[in-house]
Amino acid sequence: MVKRELTCIVCPNGCRLVVEMEGKEIVNITGYECKRGLKYAEDEIIAPKRTLTTIVKAEMGHLPVVSVRTKEPIPKELIGKAVLELSKITLKPPINVGDIVVKNILDTGVDVIATRNLYSK
Amino acid sequence: MEYDIVIIGAGPAGLGAAVEAYEKGVRNILIIERDSYPGGILQQCIHNGFGLIEFKEELSGPEYAERFIEKVRKYGINMMLNTMVLNISSDKIVKAVNQENGVMEIKAKAIILAMGCRERPRGAISIPGTRPAGIFTAGTAQRYVNMEGYMPGKEIVILGSGDIGLIMARRFTLEGATVKAVVELMPYSSGLTRNIVQCLDDFGIPLLLSHTVIEIRGKERVEGVTIAQVDENKKPILSTAKYISCDTLILSVGLIPENELSKSAGIMLDPVTGGPLVNESMETNVEGIFACGNVLQVHDLVDNVTKEARLAADSAVKYINKMLIKEGRHIDVKAGSGIRYVVPQMVNYENIDDKVKFHMRPTDVYKNAYITVKSGDKQIIRKKMQRLTPGEMILIDVPKDKFLSDDLSPVGEITFEVEVV
Ligand SMILES: Cc1cc2nc3c(=O)[nH]c(=O)nc-3n(C[C@H](O)[C@H](O)[C@H](O)COP(=O)(O)OP(=O)(O)OC[C@H]3O[C@@H](n4cnc5c(N)ncnc54)[C@H](O)[C@@H]3O)c2cc1C
Ligand code: SF4
Repeated sequence: MVKRELTCIVCPNGCRLVVEMEGKEIVNITGYECKRGLKYAEDEIIAPKRTLTTIVKAEMGHLPVVSVRTKEPIPKELIGKAVLELSKITLKPPINVGDIVVKNILDTGVDVIATRNLYSK
Repeated sequence: MEYDIVIIGAGPAGLGAAVEAYEKGVRNILIIERDSYPGGILQQCIHNGFGLIEFKEELSGPEYAERFIEKVRKYGINMMLNTMVLNISSDKIVKAVNQENGVMEIKAKAIILAMGCRERPRGAISIPGTRPAGIFTAGTAQRYVNMEGYMPGKEIVILGSGDIGLIMARRFTLEGATVKAVVELMPYSSGLTRNIVQCLDDFGIPLLLSHTVIEIRGKERVEGVTIAQVDENKKPILSTAKYISCDTLILSVGLIPENELSKSAGIMLDPVTGGPLVNESMETNVEGIFACGNVLQVHDLVDNVTKEARLAADSAVKYINKMLIKEGRHIDVKAGSGIRYVVPQMVNYENIDDKVKFHMRPTDVYKNAYITVKSGDKQIIRKKMQRLTPGEMILIDVPKDKFLSDDLSPVGEITFEVEVV
């Protein structure tokens, strides 16, 4: 049996998780304080995911950029590609918090949403 | 101009306090903010992780702020933007200035301080070397990258491993820059572990603990920095010196509560937190002036800022309704061994509803320790902690009855300590 130690990154509590592995199989997970931590540990071992938060360019708005994020975590290895994808678009006002900026980014099934308002200059 | 409650600062603390005071029935509220948009520092914190306690959702900073801004708008609470508070007096007269009205004097029945904090600059840590362009504090860099669309540099070294520094390491990397190292003086990071995992480890950025920058090179622009390991006394070990070429040095070396205004009103500050000394109601030594958020103590979670803001607002409402009790025994709150500070610093037993929430930070990293609370020799609380680190604030609730001694009178003082087993 191999033990892998992880820090849960789902919330700022940062619970320390211990995953016991038998070969490629997860046998036991301990240390989490809520179900989200359990899910995180499983994902992190099998297919790690991250929420991407970044900015996209804006034109004619009160700010030159608008902050955005993926609505759900996406596979970690796609983060770089997603940033490139987002560098291709430019937003114009009005933009409201929660507006979808890119639908289904890189076929992940996850939308990218605006996280701030943009109004005209 | 006269208001029941004047709130200084429209960050999460100020906004949260305004919403709470309104919901408790006060209508005559004014928020004063020097920025052109409310939200405070959250406007530039575009990463996620805000609001898990408050909204059971994982929001980014601007989204968290927007929830409160919407309520402030819906309730029609007065907000003066682009307005700088210059001075407050102990009789609660606020002097402020803006382009439209010039200098104004505003009389308040109660004031809530919510001015947040500022960053320690280079001068505060005295790094030797030249004074070229290319040295930024992490918060300034954060505002440039996330709101104003500028990149401060291409090859970056970050000094200090606080959360803002860690988060900016990831932002720079995503924007195409190379972060060569994060250099930390202490033997542990002062940031949350989750941020070390997802901001450094994910991108293979080295974290050099017990290291510091001993020289900055470059005439017009930063060309590189020399770093070295430090010994137990934080003295650089010169034989370990190493040169790193870079065009930018980011400083993430701590935050200081913004209390110039508080001093003008005669508010007493805690030398450790840099914020006002407050009681269980978040009231300062000046009657009717309350404090919450980063102006009181530097928080790592905005959800806790909101909670503190609610308490300050509730107390301000009680105060203007003459329901805050002045008389009664004051219980002194002390930071014992292993604890750097505790807020609030005193408690009036008469004003406790059912419990008092104490915020504190340990002096060091401890594993398998207990936080104990003592009154005299008697232990009243003992709480097991998985891990303690100065980067993560500890919250301990003390129920009302624990403040009573055997003869049922309030105790004189209580002390918080770390007990290592
Ligand atoms: C540079 C920086 C970056 C940060 N980054 C993060 C992060 O990435 N993640 C995180 O979780 N936490 C971060 N924090 C911590 C964050 O500050 C708190 O979680 C929270 O935002 C504090 O809220 P607040 O309302 O107390 O202060 P703030 O959000 O700082 O709001 C204070 C407000 O008061 C206003 N003000 C101050 N003085 C005056 C005056 N004289 N007149 C009028 N208005 C005034 C300011 O303009 C500001 O809008 C950061 C803090 C700083 C300083
Ligand atoms: S296990 Fe739950 S409580 Fe612990 S860090 Fe993860 S999400 Fe937070």
